[in-house]
Amino acid sequence: MSIEICNVTKHYGSFQALTDINLTIPKGELVALLGPSGSGKTTLLRIIAGLESIEEGGILFDGKDLSEVHVNQRDVGFVFQHYALFKHMTVFDNIAFGLNIRKKRLRPSKKEIEQKVNELLDLVKLSGFAHRYPTQLSGGQRQRVALARALAVEPKILLLDEPFGALDAKVRKELRRWLRKLHNEIHVTSVFVTHDQEEALDVADRIVIMNKGKIEQLGTPSEVYDKPASPFVYDFLGNVNLFHGRLHKGKLDLGSATFDAPDHLHANDKEAIGYVRPHHLTIEREKQSEEAIAAKISFMHSIGPTWHIEMKREDSEAYVEVELSKEDYAQLQLKVGEVVYVSPKEVKVFIPEDFVI
Amino acid sequence: MKKKHKKRNILPGFGLSMGITTLYISLFILIPLSMVFIESSKLGWSEFWQVVTNERMMHAYKISFATSFAAALLNGIFGFIIAWVLVRYRFPGKRLIDGLIDLPFALPTAVAGIALTTLYAQDGWLGQYFMAIGIKISFTPLGIMIALMFIGLPFVVRMVQPVLENLEREVEEAASSLGATKQQTFLKVIFPEVLPALLAGFSLAFARGLGEYGSVVFIAGNMPMKTEIAPLMIMTKLEQFDYAGATAIAVVMLLVSFICLIFINLLQKWSRKHELQDE
Amino acid sequence: MTVDVSKYGENRMQYVTHKKKQVNWTKRILVTVMLLYLSLFLLVPLVFIFTKAFEQGAAVYFAAITERDALSAVKLTLLVAIITVPLNTIFGVAAAWCITKFQFRGKQLLLSLIELPFAVSPVIAGLVFVLFFSPRGVLGPLLTDWGIKVIFSVPGIIIATMFVTLPFVARELIPVMQAQGSAEEEAAISLGANGWQMFFRVTLPTIKWGLLYGMILCNARAIGEFGAVSVVSGRIRGMTNTMPLHVEILYNEYQFSAAFAFASLMSLLAFLTLIVKSWIEWRTEKEQQV
Repeated sequence: MSIEICNVTKHYGSFQALTDINLTIPKGELVALLGPSGSGKTTLLRIIAGLESIEEGGILFDGKDLSEVHVNQRDVGFVFQHYALFKHMTVFDNIAFGLNIRKKRLRPSKKEIEQKVNELLDLVKLSGFAHRYPTQLSGGQRQRVALARALAVEPKILLLDEPFGALDAKVRKELRRWLRKLHNEIHVTSVFVTHDQEEALDVADRIVIMNKGKIEQLGTPSEVYDKPASPFVYDFLGNVNLFHGRLHKGKLDLGSATFDAPDHLHANDKEAIGYVRPHHLTIEREKQSEEAIAAKISFMHSIGPTWHIEMKREDSEAYVEVELSKEDYAQLQLKVGEVVYVSPKEVKVFIPEDFVI
Repeated sequence: MKKKHKKRNILPGFGLSMGITTLYISLFILIPLSMVFIESSKLGWSEFWQVVTNERMMHAYKISFATSFAAALLNGIFGFIIAWVLVRYRFPGKRLIDGLIDLPFALPTAVAGIALTTLYAQDGWLGQYFMAIGIKISFTPLGIMIALMFIGLPFVVRMVQPVLENLEREVEEAASSLGATKQQTFLKVIFPEVLPALLAGFSLAFARGLGEYGSVVFIAGNMPMKTEIAPLMIMTKLEQFDYAGATAIAVVMLLVSFICLIFINLLQKWSRKHELQDE
Repeated sequence: MTVDVSKYGENRMQYVTHKKKQVNWTKRILVTVMLLYLSLFLLVPLVFIFTKAFEQGAAVYFAAITERDALSAVKLTLLVAIITVPLNTIFGVAAAWCITKFQFRGKQLLLSLIELPFAVSPVIAGLVFVLFFSPRGVLGPLLTDWGIKVIFSVPGIIIATMFVTLPFVARELIPVMQAQGSAEEEAAISLGANGWQMFFRVTLPTIKWGLLYGMILCNARAIGEFGAVSVVSGRIRGMTNTMPLHVEILYNEYQFSAAFAFASLMSLLAFLTLIVKSWIEWRTEKEQQV
């Protein structure tokens, strides 16, 4: 089922949670809503589910307006952030809940329910756990029970609120891969909320990046990572170095160096900022181009296969961070206190006032 | 497409639960209590004033206030100590004692009343020893205070106890790591944290003491101008079918209760302000 | 700087043994103060009630509690409790539901109103219903015409008891439901449950201990209420006498053994309440630890 969100707005008292959101999610995709806390991503997810009412706009499933349809009639499966498992019920009863409460005429027989629950337990790899209580399970197991419970009613849409938020790093990675696989098998349109960019990039077909109740960018993981549409997205998806300067006819003038800015050929003497990722900077001993900036190395440390070099620009006292592979680092033989030249392989220039509302 | 939607609740039952709640509150609380004010307005102002300020009445207020205040104060001190001991120390029989604290909530006030009266009478188990040093308890204001101490104890303990339990040990450890002595840690770190709850417990015990009837009526002896309490005055007027007079006294007492209630609410707001706001 | 680890260990041992030998005087004093205070006010009176009750032997004791007026007082009190507790439970659940699950204006006011009966003297509680229902009260003439008697009869006792015990269940449930949050209920609804299914299958099982706790307290107060009932009952022997009123009458007639015998019966009920209460606390504590 496809989801269409048209002009949706939501307030909590005087707080504007969502402003005029428009979004289409194609059938069968796995979409991540990514943003910092307070960006409105959970509100949007709860609105799609019908757990939150909307003031303006519409929610359409397969072209049908469901804005006024109650959550228990929407055919959505919702996985809650802290699972919201029924503590007084066994795993089996939790999963069977959605089927057990159906009207007699629509309810499957006891046998069918049992079969269905066992299938789901297989699917989430918890076959031996049917008669345990939620408190006797680990966090990852609870998460999978919550998912099985949501899937039991065969929802047309699966919604997950921070599905891996409460788990430790290792379990999180495992479950993430497992969710990806599961989605490939059952292919139900799925939306999940996360504040972890790595998680979104890793799992989703498409990412919606949100900030302050608005959508900043929508695209595939590689699109949003390689071509951020705004300074916010640049900053949110990984580390970034900022170079303040003046933009003039396709050139960003930093004082001691000049960057090419081919996107802004018509700009005329405007303040602007160049965004460069740490791994898009190269280090040289000599100034070989007018893009190179002198900087003094202040600190170096390695995290796994990469070296992080922290330095201070000679012209402005601003910090610059560079990431080098182990090989490049070994070749350069850098020393703390040495003055070197950094130049960008790739720059994206934004004019701040374009992004001020 | 721009559509406006009505505000809608996701969970069901708002109308039903709100309906039941307001029905009960109107039938059992609002309408009956408003009767007091309507009925008392039948008296003229000067007559009302005369009823609520005559000499016997003034004496009853004095007794009620003094004994309630003294009892609440003593309960504040000892209730704090008891809560502290129950939270901080381990000793045999702790669970039993913790359960016993609620006895005044569970024991009918009349039962407590006759037990305390006989116990603290001149020839009673405990009263005889006090009598030996010249202190008469039953049928004196001291007796009223004893009954109110019995009634009010759990209010203080049960307000303070959870706050002490939730105090983070780390805060105290931080204080002593910064060089504070045990006394300083207690006075500057622990006590301010517990103070709102302690005051709230005190006010609850005080408010309850003002209105208490069952346990006091036996031990007081009810001698006019000596050991009559305000609620008893209402009772006396009712027995003489002086409804207007009874109501006038009730109005004064209700106003005092409201003030106590507002004070307690403010205290709770104040203590909530101290809590860190979760995201 | 080098640290001699073995020496450090030694010092530590010394420190520990030193600490063990030292008597914690603060603890001793405070525990003693507590025990004295509680004995004087709680324990001695309790022991006293039972001693006094059996002063004149078991025969007198059993005669006192099986006498005709005594039995009718027990019956009336149980009737009052059986009607009051369920009615106030319905109110408590409804009030806790709308206060904890929804946002609306005037919530704070509603909370204060629910607590109001705690702040009002029981005598005033009785008085307001006398003003309302007595022959000289607002509804009095109407009720007299219809031949219904509320004051100095059973309905009045029930109404006054309801007023006094109204807050108990709500007060226990509100914090429990606030801590619980709404996620489980939302999960049930999103799985297709209707309101009653959600309530009976999800909400009720999660609040059952808090609910029971509130009902127990409500029941204890309903049984023991004296002031309010005393005003509205008229103390007609064998008719409108509840257990606490019966105790009062016996006491005022100088039948001390009988009065204390009856009082001991009510103390047993209070004990039972405390035991169930402690048991619930112990259960919820255990559940929270898992």
